[in-house]
Amino acid sequence: MAVQPQTNQTTATGTEYIVRCKDVVKEYMMGTQIVRALNGVTLDIVRGEYLSIMGPSGSGKSTLFNMIGGLDKPTGGSVFINDVDMAQLDAQELAFLRCRTIGYIFQTFNLIPVMTALENVMLPMIFGGLSTDEAIDRGIELLKLVGLGERLHHKPSELSGGQQQRVAIARALANNPQIILADEPTGNLDLRTGKEIIELLRQLNKEQGVTIISATHDLKMVDVSDRIVWIRDGRIDRVEERAAVEVRVGDVEGTPG
Amino acid sequence: MKKDGRQVERLQLPFRVAFHISMQSVRIRFWRSVITAAGTVLGIAFLVSVLTAMMIQRNSGAITDPSERYRMTWLVIMSLLVCLVGITNAMLMSVTERYKEIGTMKCLGAYDIFIVELFFIESALVGLIASVIGWFLGVFAVVLLKLFGEGFKVFGWVSPGEVFLYLILSIVIGTLLSVIATIIPAQVAARMPAAAALRVEV
Ligand SMILES: Nc1ncnc2c1ncn2[C@@H]1O[C@H](COP(=O)(O)OP(=O)(O)O)[C@@H](O)[C@H]1O
Ligand SMILES: [Mg+2]
Repeated sequence: MAVQPQTNQTTATGTEYIVRCKDVVKEYMMGTQIVRALNGVTLDIVRGEYLSIMGPSGSGKSTLFNMIGGLDKPTGGSVFINDVDMAQLDAQELAFLRCRTIGYIFQTFNLIPVMTALENVMLPMIFGGLSTDEAIDRGIELLKLVGLGERLHHKPSELSGGQQQRVAIARALANNPQIILADEPTGNLDLRTGKEIIELLRQLNKEQGVTIISATHDLKMVDVSDRIVWIRDGRIDRVEERAAVEVRVGDVEGTPG
Repeated sequence: MKKDGRQVERLQLPFRVAFHISMQSVRIRFWRSVITAAGTVLGIAFLVSVLTAMMIQRNSGAITDPSERYRMTWLVIMSLLVCLVGITNAMLMSVTERYKEIGTMKCLGAYDIFIVELFFIESALVGLIASVIGWFLGVFAVVLLKLFGEGFKVFGWVSPGEVFLYLILSIVIGTLLSVIATIIPAQVAARMPAAAALRVEV
């Protein structure tokens, strides 16, 4: 049973919103002081869209990433994934969700240093119950997809930053997730490599229909996003639709979308 | 998930995979592993040296004082306890160093029990290797010392069968010691939040 991609299972029955945040508040204790990292965020994310969350450092982007990704619990409000309230899930169901429904990409790549590129990509599949042989086949396929077919057995330390992030993208895709969550995916990359990674993400979004949610302060992301959510001091400042952005880009470059 | 009418399966990490990950972990973090192993090596070396010295004394026909035996047993137990604390401490440091890795594994869908499993296999491996080294050092040190004192007749007082038994004993005690010392660090690792994967400081 584990082999078949389980993406369509919920897609068929699910609503158009894959993620819904309702009045999400997150407070952290810093000694005796309370830091309000998120201050009432309400946001509906459409299935299949490429959404960028933009904002200055410290505005709460990573905190929102944690809430949507089920990595931490909100102090107030709720987050729904496929209409399931995440607060209702127990530890095992959360692990299941992280394994199958969401793929994570980090600023610091976060490959497991002791494992090769292929082993890193295989890991979520092994956690998901796939046999080693199946995981190897799919792992190779995914690494080819991100352009690393020649680097299967390299350790992360033997790969460049851009290559490491490609491995991380392949790993995020391992179990056919419905959502890819990326926190500053280009933050540790140079301009050109960052652009390549963004283009790869956009391509995957178009070809595989995976919803991409990316926290960033990289303006290169503007070009590829369907929607941009600007946050500031833990609140949504404004939401920009692609249409409005496209006109502006079109004006500058003279190329219709 | 239950809410969708789906059932969450009870998954297991295949032992072969877990073993492979743990072994790589020991190899790549070699010096950290050496520090963890040092506790076991010293504890086992002391235990074996006491046993070997007693065997040589017995076989040489010297009279042994029974109260001396109790004192040595007590010393060995105390030294093993001290080693236990040492290994726990080294393992705890190793866990805090790996916060990002552990958090990432949780993001990829690892159950807490997988993390515990990885740490236990790792400590058993380190314990096993450390025990063999400790056993060798213990026997070697005592035989060498007696060789200087008594000359070559020492070799007549060493019974190979008994020395081999010490090896088995060392492996059992050393591995157990290492695994027991990892109970608390493994719990700490398993409780590491998935959000630790994003932490940038430390
Ligand atoms: N674990 C934490 N403990 C305490 N404060 C935190 C923690 N994580 C984030 N914060 C605080 O919450 C605010 C938002 O942080 P973050 O979400 O990381 O912002 P961004 O990713 O946009 O840079 C900051 O003021 C930060 O100091
Ligand atoms: Mg951040």
